[in-house]
Amino acid sequence: MTPPDYILQLEDISKYFGPVIALNGVTLRLRRGEVHCLLGDNGAGKSTLIKTLAGVHLPEKGQYLVNGKPVKFASPREALDAGIATVYQDLALVPLMSVARNFFMGREPMKKLFGFIPVMDHATAAGTAAAKLADMGIRVRDPDQPIGTMSGGEKQCLAIARAIHFGAKVLILDEPTAALGVKQSVNVLKLIRRARERGISVIFITHNVNHAYPVGDSFTLLNRGKSMGTFAKENITRDAVLDMMAGGAEMKTLMRDLVGVTI
Amino acid sequence: MSAIVPMSDPQPAPDAATTAAPAAAADERVRNVGIVRKFLARPEFGALSGAVLVFLLFGLSAGSSGMFSAEGMVNWGTVAAFLGIIAVGAALLMIAGEFDLSIGSMIGFAGMMMAIPCLYWGWPVWLAVLFAFAMGMALGWVNGWLVIKTGLPSFIVTLAFYFILRGLSLAISVLLTGKTILSSNGSAVLRDLIAADPVAQFLFQGHVLTGVFDMLARIGLIAARDNGTALAIGLPKVMAWWLLLTLVGAFVLARTRAGNWILAAGGDPNAAKNVGIPVAKVKIALFVFVAFCATLFAVLQVADAGSAAADRGLQKEFEAIIAAVIGGCLLTGGFGSVIGASLGALIFGVVQIGIGYTSIDNNWYRVFLGGMLLAAVLFNNYIRKRVALGRV
Repeated sequence: MTPPDYILQLEDISKYFGPVIALNGVTLRLRRGEVHCLLGDNGAGKSTLIKTLAGVHLPEKGQYLVNGKPVKFASPREALDAGIATVYQDLALVPLMSVARNFFMGREPMKKLFGFIPVMDHATAAGTAAAKLADMGIRVRDPDQPIGTMSGGEKQCLAIARAIHFGAKVLILDEPTAALGVKQSVNVLKLIRRARERGISVIFITHNVNHAYPVGDSFTLLNRGKSMGTFAKENITRDAVLDMMAGGAEMKTLMRDLVGVTI
Repeated sequence: MSAIVPMSDPQPAPDAATTAAPAAAADERVRNVGIVRKFLARPEFGALSGAVLVFLLFGLSAGSSGMFSAEGMVNWGTVAAFLGIIAVGAALLMIAGEFDLSIGSMIGFAGMMMAIPCLYWGWPVWLAVLFAFAMGMALGWVNGWLVIKTGLPSFIVTLAFYFILRGLSLAISVLLTGKTILSSNGSAVLRDLIAADPVAQFLFQGHVLTGVFDMLARIGLIAARDNGTALAIGLPKVMAWWLLLTLVGAFVLARTRAGNWILAAGGDPNAAKNVGIPVAKVKIALFVFVAFCATLFAVLQVADAGSAAADRGLQKEFEAIIAAVIGGCLLTGGFGSVIGASLGALIFGVVQIGIGYTSIDNNWYRVFLGGMLLAAVLFNNYIRKRVALGRV
């Protein structure tokens, strides 16, 4: 049996902010081409973990390996260059700028005007943005329209499509469905699946088991800065995941209390 | 409606809509957005309609007074051009999400930095001009660096420099020369020194297109003097600079990578940082550019007036910001137009000078400008919400 092929590993990572222990010996191993769901309630340390992966934080203890080799990212730029793209909840989109300008923000396609003046190639930007979004199943009416006219789900998809276009091998999605309606959430989940079909490894952060379970291959649960383990999908049921997230018995009493409430 | 349209007129609208956007048919929730609406969403729209309005107003009330003769046009065009130069800088900085309230004080300071070396240290004019630009742009860099490093609002940091630079201009000129208005020192006369320096003279003093004006006078299109040359000598060089800066500024914003970075830095600095745009560098560069514009204003003014004064440029920072806002720049950044700001400056020039050609009391000028500013801000907000972001 061959050893599992990990594209990205966090081994026994700890991160402190002054007296606060944000992460305490967390291990997370992402297999190549899988969707790995990172689950946890508020304050579980998800954000810190993402920022560590994205190169924003350097961990105090533990090792960060990409393709089996230890790395120390000094900035998010370096992580990005290594193919690790993070789509934050704010999406890094500017509402008053056009779809095309947003898609290529910071990485503008260039051409030479009159052979010597470097200018942004708007035609290429608009065409590529529309084509790449169409690949992801999003139809853009007009690539020159401001992004503020798009729905939350469309914006989320655009941010993901942009990361994929710029060569992401690992996509880290920070609660991409948190602010979305039911239908739009399904679209984003479909997009995650489509990314996986293209061989992209995904870390999908959420606290919604109903979103995580249908697309996830494995699940890591975080609770109060500690990992409660990683489980392959075939070894765990949806309810078991939910129980572990909320701390098992606690959830049952909570639900029973709620049911008893009359308003 | 159709009765007004001549029979021969083609009606391309339906065809154009179907060929240009076949994909749009697939989404039943998309309304067809007309050209008018798209034009409304452009940041320049407010300034353009304001300019048309102002021209109509003065055309009707002062059309016969000589305001629109060649001399009259050069007159208000010069006022607009001076303001336009700093409005271009202020607009780009505002689009990047920052202000500079020290522009006016910088004008007084830079003028002094040019005049003192010329008159009191015996420097050649071109070197003094370079010195003024170096000092001005260094101060612009300090402004930007402080804003970025401290994270304080640029309003506060540049307000400090508004006072510091005005005070320095007065204090330094009194300390070194004993005067606050410099036009000569003994036998050295500033105007003659500039005229004698080929580089400074070519770039900053006098007029362009004098030949064209003389020709127009000869064929009787514009007023001539007794010797046949045009009464309006030509276009002052400040107008050429205004045009050049406007064109370059608009080109950079619309077509270059730097323009995309400016829009992004102002629209959402955090997002811009997350996609790898060097937001700090973009902003500091624009503070330096604004200082460049202010120094250019100062040098042109010194060359034009033949003197430097420590109180020059009073209130110019506000006028530049007003021109930028009338031009469609949002105070919050991320949206605006350089051409709009130049149109805003044009409106300024026309109103400020034009009011003297009418029977209206000059004091109404500020009332009009304040009203214009208020209307522009309300209009900009309306446009942003309604058209740009599709919240109908």
